[in-house]
This record gives sequence, C-alpha cells and structure tokens, in this order.
Amino acid sequence: MSELNATVSTSNKDHAERAEVFNKDEARVNWHDQTLWFIRSKRDKAAHTLAEWELLREAASQIKLNVLDNLFLYLQEFERNAMTNGIKIHWAADANEHNEIVHGIIKGAGVSHIVKSKSMLTEECHLNEYLHTRGIDVVDTDLGERIVQLAGEAPSHIVLPCIHWKKEEIGELFSKHMGTPKGNSDPQFLTGAARANLRQHFMSSRLAITGVNFAVAETGEIVVCTNEGNADLGVQLADVHIACMGIEKIIPKRKHLGIFLRLLTRSATGQPITTYSSHFRKARSGQEMHIVLVDNGRSERLGSDDFRNALKCIRCGACMNTCPVYRRSGGHSYHYAIAGPIGSILAPGLDMKKYADLPFASTLCGSCTNVCPVKIDIHDQLYKWRQVIVQDGYVAGGKKTGIGIMDFVFSKPGVYRFAGKVGRWMMNHFPFVVNNKMNPWYKQREMPVAPKQSFHDWYKERQRK
Amino acid sequence: MESRERILAQLKIHQRTNNVLPPLVVPPAQPLNLVDKLVTILTGIGGQVAKVTSWSQIKSELLGMLGPDERAINLIPELEFLQPTPLGKEPHLLENVRLAVLKGHFAVAETGAVWVTSDLMGDRALPFICERLALVVEEKDVVPSMYEAYERIGSASYEFGTFIAGPSKTADIEQSLVLGAHGPKSMTMFLLKTN
Repeated sequence: MSELNATVSTSNKDHAERAEVFNKDEARVNWHDQTLWFIRSKRDKAAHTLAEWELLREAASQIKLNVLDNLFLYLQEFERNAMTNGIKIHWAADANEHNEIVHGIIKGAGVSHIVKSKSMLTEECHLNEYLHTRGIDVVDTDLGERIVQLAGEAPSHIVLPCIHWKKEEIGELFSKHMGTPKGNSDPQFLTGAARANLRQHFMSSRLAITGVNFAVAETGEIVVCTNEGNADLGVQLADVHIACMGIEKIIPKRKHLGIFLRLLTRSATGQPITTYSSHFRKARSGQEMHIVLVDNGRSERLGSDDFRNALKCIRCGACMNTCPVYRRSGGHSYHYAIAGPIGSILAPGLDMKKYADLPFASTLCGSCTNVCPVKIDIHDQLYKWRQVIVQDGYVAGGKKTGIGIMDFVFSKPGVYRFAGKVGRWMMNHFPFVVNNKMNPWYKQREMPVAPKQSFHDWYKERQRK
Repeated sequence: MESRERILAQLKIHQRTNNVLPPLVVPPAQPLNLVDKLVTILTGIGGQVAKVTSWSQIKSELLGMLGPDERAINLIPELEFLQPTPLGKEPHLLENVRLAVLKGHFAVAETGAVWVTSDLMGDRALPFICERLALVVEEKDVVPSMYEAYERIGSASYEFGTFIAGPSKTADIEQSLVLGAHGPKSMTMFLLKTN
C-alpha cells in the first residue's frame, strides 16, 4: 500500500468560503467548538494554579524580545556551542533550501524510509511532499499527524493535528490502512493498533527527523517536547538525527527553560508539562546529528516594528483553542500550515496576496492576546495587517466596495441617519429584503427586529421632554 | 555557507541593544508538603508513586510487577534485584524489555517530572522503548518547581537529559486519554526515604 502524503489543498477558496463548507454540518461545528473550548478551560485551570503566572508570561515575553533583538549574536553562539558538541549545523535561507539540505542528508545516509516527529517548520516548508516526489517515504509518528497523513490531509491544529476527526472516521481509516476490524472505534484499541504499526517503523528507520521547541544558545542543546515519546524513540533508534528549526526558536540560557517549560504545556493542553522534555546536547555514540536553521522570511520580519513580535511564538496553540472564529471554522479553512490567530499574522508575512483573507478571519475580540504565553499582541497585528493589505490593494472587490460604502455612510452624519431610517423601514416592512441568503449576515443567524427609532432620535426626543 | 552569511547579514541590520534579559521568576515559597504535591500531580497525569523506606522494599515491589520469563533491566547497583546489566551497543535489541529500572537525579513537585541523564540510562533508548519504567528518586531530592530544577541542573554537561513525567500518552483520538502511546505504558516512581 502506498503511503498518502499530506497535501495542502491547492484550491483558491478563501477562509470565508472554506468556513462555509465546514459550517454545513452544524452538529459537527458545535462538537468542534466545544472540544476546543474544553481544552481552553483546562488551560485556565492550569494557569490559575500558579500565583506567578502573569509574571512568567511577562518574563517569557521579555526574554523572547531580547532574543529577537540579539538574534545575530545568539545564533552564532548557538552554532559555536552546538559544533563544539559535535553537531553539524546547516543554514537554509528559505523552504526550498531547507528541503534540499534535508534531502541531501537523507541521500548521504543512503536511506529511503524515515520517521518524523511533529515539526510545524517542516509543514511550513512542505517537506513531506518534497521528499515524497523524490522517492523518500516519510512516516509521521505523532498519532494525530499519522492520522491526517493517512487521510492525505495537513494537520488542522498545531498541537492537536486531527482535532477535526471523529473516532468512527479514524476507525474506518485504520481499517483501510492498518487492517483493524471494521466498526471498532474505541480510542484505546485504535491507539494500540497505531502503536504496534508505528513500532515497526521505529525499528526499521535509520534516520529520524524532529522539530525543535527550544534551542539554547549558551549550551548548544535543543529541547524537544512530546507526550507520546515518538521523537525520542525515533531518534534513539536511528543512525542519523536531523532537527529542523526556525531561527527564532533560540533562547539565551538553559535556566530560561524553567520559565518556558512552565508555560508551554499549561497553555497548550492544561497539563503541567509534557511527558518528555528531552535535551539533546550531543549525539549518541556512533550517531550523526544535524540541525537545520531556517530563515524563510524571519530575518526580514525582524525589521518590521509592527509585526516582529509574532516571532516570539512558542507554538502552544492556546490562541486557536480560544478563538471563536477558529473553533467554528476549523483549521483547514486557514489554508496555511499554522491555523488560527497566530497563523493569520504569520502567513501574510510570507505571501501577502495568497493569505490576504486571513487577517479578516477574526472578530478582533482579543482573546488570543489574553491567553498568549509570550504576550504577542495578536489581535492588534491582525488589525494592522488589514490596513497593510487594503493599502496594497490585496482585498477582494466585494469587500473593497463594502468598505468604500461604509466609509461614505459613516463619515457623513446626514447620510448615516438617512440610511439608518431607510434600513429600519425596510426591515420592518419588507423583512425578506434582509432575511434571505443573499445577505451574508443572515447565514447561521436570525436577523434582529429593527427598532422603531434610532438612538439619535430617541435622545433628541428625551431632551425635548 | 552562502545562506549563512546572507541570513546573518540581514540579522545584523536588525540587531538592537536596548532590551536586557529580565530576572528569572522565583516562585513563591511553597507552604505545601512537597511530597504530597508531587504524588498528587504525578498520579494526576497517569504516573504511579510508591513511597518506600528501603531498597529491599523496592525489590519486592518490582518482583510483583514482573511476570515469569519477562525481560527486565536494572541499572541501580544498590538494588539487589537482578544484576545491573551491561548493555550492548544495539538499542534495537531492547525492544523486548518489559521493565527497566533506573535512578533519577531528582523529581519536580509542580510537574511530576523526573530528571534523568544519559549516564543513568545505560542506553538512551531504554527509558523510551521499555514497556514499564520504574524510576527511583530519593525523597530528599524533590524540588518545588522547574525553576529550582534548572538551578539544580546548573551547567551540568550531560550528553542527553530528559524530564520524564508519567507514562507515554496521547489524547489525539477525540481527546480520550490513552496511556502507552509509543513508549512505556506505565511509569512508577519509587520515592525512597532512608534514615
């Protein structure tokens, strides 16, 4: 059986159109919404156990700011120390160079079958597709990632890759790909089946790729966090370990891990810590270890006062779990490797035209900013991206016309009052004009009853009395 | 090396110097009993804790965990339970290990995590490939939080080190927690209090 490869849909649909597809099944949307809100609630509970939570967020935010300010120095310090530890360091300017480097190492090792633990960077670079077309079989070993990989999909969430899948569907998928009995959708059973299946891949792969959660400049070590132990099992049974990281993953000192590890998993899933927080400083004897440092637009982003803070992100996913739009539109509606609010401010930095819709996929409620463990001003950046995108002319015609009309109406009090009067009269006398499918506000919503008079008229009348 | 120079040149342009590193966040003093907290947290994330007062007590508990003809590896000399085994160089041969017994440097009360470095693992694959993992930590070696944990680690020059908090687990299928994802299906911490 040939392995399907995770592919990002190539259709040109924007967020709203994809969300509309997701919203066709109302029961499923409600289930998705509640599942993510449950995780958000667990995050709150975990955060509230620490009296110093807000101090930790502030410290983490400032450490990351210091990193962004001094990345030039820290990266070289990291490189020096990692090389002293016997690790080979590679630099990649963009996604393609990253993929070439990784492919080169795989070819050099003479293998065609590899295991990979979770790495959003490799998703960003579309490494799996790149290797697949060159005859390399990549097995994603995180259970959630394996599920979406078997289904030919990309992860819909950075921490919970198959959060949009129901267990019955997973049962069916496993029955097709792993030969589990049809109709069995017990999570314990299915996890056991995946364990047995993936154990064979761990035992036979001579090369393992991992992501990186933190890279310590002071010591040249990298830290990888998993609950499943898949990164560790893959690496410890392989002859070659390749760790791929964005250059912003650096932290200055080992002791700073004490701050970040206290924040990361509590923010992500509400656990106190992941089962494994592994510190790779030197390769095991006889093993080769490579680290690929990837820029892919990051060094350019550093020059933007408005948007550089997005590089503080530690990929916990808290902003997605709390986002009312993400919860009700699903991760795939964002058509980028990283979904949700943080993805919506990262993606336009890579390709403003392609991702022009994403900063508009938000209510700007600010909940993302409030839960972010490194205090990224996510909703402010969403708002700023909208302005840049409109100014540069990347907004779709309909939205542009709408914004133009709103500008005309709202900036002229007389026009505004007249429009309001007409609108109220129409809604009260001819409700079908707004209560129909042509009106996007009517979708999944009941239109309110229009008031008899405006606040302005009511206030004037009250003054007269 | 061309990309390296290009990336660094770009970073150098954006180099700023006005921000300094903030002080570390020192957790408030814990009035709670550290051991109680550790037990609560670790059992809450699927681990098991056995409070013991002697090596022989650990030994008898371990014997109860091991079925006949099951392979076990012990790396603790004080524990007169199986001879500490010199391991070969081939980690794949550890696949049939049902029980591995290792020492941990210390445990962290707030996270239930035990710090283990490669010099205590025999083979780095062992704590991940075994089916059941037993870690022995002395009760005096329980620290309150990750802050104290890294103070304690300091500038140690381990080759590989990991915090282990409970058994390997996943909740990727509809958020149902399943213990034993790829690594150990159970993790038992023996908290040893000797006089």
